[in-house]
Amino acid sequence: MNGESLIQKVVITNPQGFHMRPMAAFAQLAARFDSSVKVSREGQSVNGKSILDLMLLAAAQGTELTLEVAGPDAPSALDALVKLLKSPAEEESSDPSI
Amino acid sequence: MEIKRGIAVSPGVAIGPALVLDSEWFRIPQRGIPSSQIDSECERLQHALGQAAAETRANQEAVTAKLGPQYGAIFAAHTLMLTDPALSREIETLIRNEHHAVAYAVSRVMRRYAKALESIEGGYLADRVADLFDIEKRILRNLLGQRREQLCDLSEPVIVLAHDLTPSETAALDPQRVHAFATEAGGRASHTAIVAGILDIPSVVGLGGFITDVSGGDVVIVDGHHGLLIIDPDEETRERYEHVRASFRSHESQLQELRHLPAETRDGVRVAMLGNIEFPQESAPCLERGAEGVGLYRTEFLYLGKQSDPTEEEHLEAYLTVLRTMGANRPVVIRTLDLGADKFLPRGNGVAGNGVGGTGVSPLGSVGLRASPERNPFLGLRSVRLCLRNLTLFKTQMRAILRASAFGDVRIMFPMISTLLELRQCKMILAEVKEDLEEEGIAFNPQLPVGTMIEVPSAAILAEQLAREVSFFSIGTNDLIQYTLAADRNNETVSTLYSPGDPSVLRLIERVVQAAAKHNLAVNVCGEMSGDPLYTMLLLGLGIRQLSVTPHGIPAIKRVIRSTTVEESVAAAQEAMRLETARDVNNYLREQTRRILPEVFE
Repeated sequence: MNGESLIQKVVITNPQGFHMRPMAAFAQLAARFDSSVKVSREGQSVNGKSILDLMLLAAAQGTELTLEVAGPDAPSALDALVKLLKSPAEEESSDPSI
Repeated sequence: MEIKRGIAVSPGVAIGPALVLDSEWFRIPQRGIPSSQIDSECERLQHALGQAAAETRANQEAVTAKLGPQYGAIFAAHTLMLTDPALSREIETLIRNEHHAVAYAVSRVMRRYAKALESIEGGYLADRVADLFDIEKRILRNLLGQRREQLCDLSEPVIVLAHDLTPSETAALDPQRVHAFATEAGGRASHTAIVAGILDIPSVVGLGGFITDVSGGDVVIVDGHHGLLIIDPDEETRERYEHVRASFRSHESQLQELRHLPAETRDGVRVAMLGNIEFPQESAPCLERGAEGVGLYRTEFLYLGKQSDPTEEEHLEAYLTVLRTMGANRPVVIRTLDLGADKFLPRGNGVAGNGVGGTGVSPLGSVGLRASPERNPFLGLRSVRLCLRNLTLFKTQMRAILRASAFGDVRIMFPMISTLLELRQCKMILAEVKEDLEEEGIAFNPQLPVGTMIEVPSAAILAEQLAREVSFFSIGTNDLIQYTLAADRNNETVSTLYSPGDPSVLRLIERVVQAAAKHNLAVNVCGEMSGDPLYTMLLLGLGIRQLSVTPHGIPAIKRVIRSTTVEESVAAAQEAMRLETARDVNNYLREQTRRILPEVFE
């Protein structure tokens, strides 16, 4: 993989944690970039473009996740993904199951 | 190989492919494929994934339009999972490397994800497991399409694994094809246990979560002696169990030899051995096992899985089927509708195909119960209470029972009587129905014996008053124990309170027997207690001379009866009545029974 490999830590601020909907948004966004996206927590590392993989990383509010992005569009990918993770719980849903 | 421990409820050993029941009720037809088929299986996978994703996309749009994007998002996540390259890669790996059939590979991969999600600490995403099952079903539906095998026409024997089985589910199973049950939920006297006993197949309940560990088609062993479920056994274990299975069968055939011998104590006292049945087709195995009649014919199956209440002709047809097998001279005790919350209300998810289950059943619907579920169903509108509120339903069944009485030794029995007034109401309605039949010139037995179940503590306490107004009692121990000890027999956390040996239960039984003796009434005991050899001496000793048990239990009970004397049993009962706790009673009875029949609990 050419290009840079960038690493950044992000703390989950969404009160409902890194749950289904943000995961879906994350995987979708990650898939738009050519760079590889790895997400890890406490040594467990998964493919950030796979929602099934991300589900295994289920993270509550306050958890620290590490993003590792490598490839030609790494800077913009990292920027966009971090922004997504830090964005406040979008359209605050009263139903936590969604 | 994985071993799960649960509660053994019906003995025997079964080895075979798993059929994992879910609300969709389909099974994975085959596990392995020849190498020549690998490419076509992979093509089928891609096609099915594509179709499934198209469906969830359509759902997403429909739901978004209807409820808003935040609700559509759940299907967006489903679409993402279905199009996730990791998913298709993993499934393909199983197809290529393990030669798994595509449906089996899908199931294994999805369950692996589900398992991983479940095990995440704090159960944080455990609810999302339902999403994975949903996706699994969607893919399988696309793969198997119309070739889905229905439970009612299974092509090969299976072992049924489920979270829990509802009566309507079990009613739709083909007993010839189901070799064992294992469920996550349930206790010793749950419906699954009862049905397993009736069908005479090994069964283990209360195993706790295991459904995510198994895929349809996996080989499993159900050990109904020790309460074990073994998933994917190794060669050695499998061989050992083949052996156990064979020796159990020869033990069974030894018991079968008792078939034509009377249930008579060593000092010559006869005990009537009757069978409990639920389906008309069980009357033949009932006779085969040596029953002298049917002591409890449960009629609930007539009401299950129907769009409307059963007609008089449907009732009559079922009753006559039983009478034809039992002959005109063997007693057949027909219990009127005994449906309540535990046995009736299907789970919310409904049941596809088969015309079974659905989302509610007519008798409850017609009294408005479906609309507002009861907060305390076990103390609510069930059984005879339900019938008394729905006289058309009640009278239809009574007419059929009366008409059947012209053809054999039919008796009618009312369940869950809790007051004298209720019994009188039932009898009054019966008298009305008799009048109607007489006017119409339809034949019936005017002397039809009327009995009542004693299964509510109030009825046991007032047994003497009730005894004056009926011709027989039948003690329904399952409910009597549950209501006396206020412990739900299906609730694993309190099921240890539920014991037939509890001194309170013994006192109620003693009281009922004494009241009946005073009025020269026959007392039968039905329910699980009568089919457990541990309590045979006790019941004999308390004065019971009639036992109604699931057909497969008859030989074992008969063997205990033939090994003891009334004197021994009375002494054992007297001593048991002096003991203070259920545990002491059970230990004592075990010891006494072993003394007369050392191999009894093997």
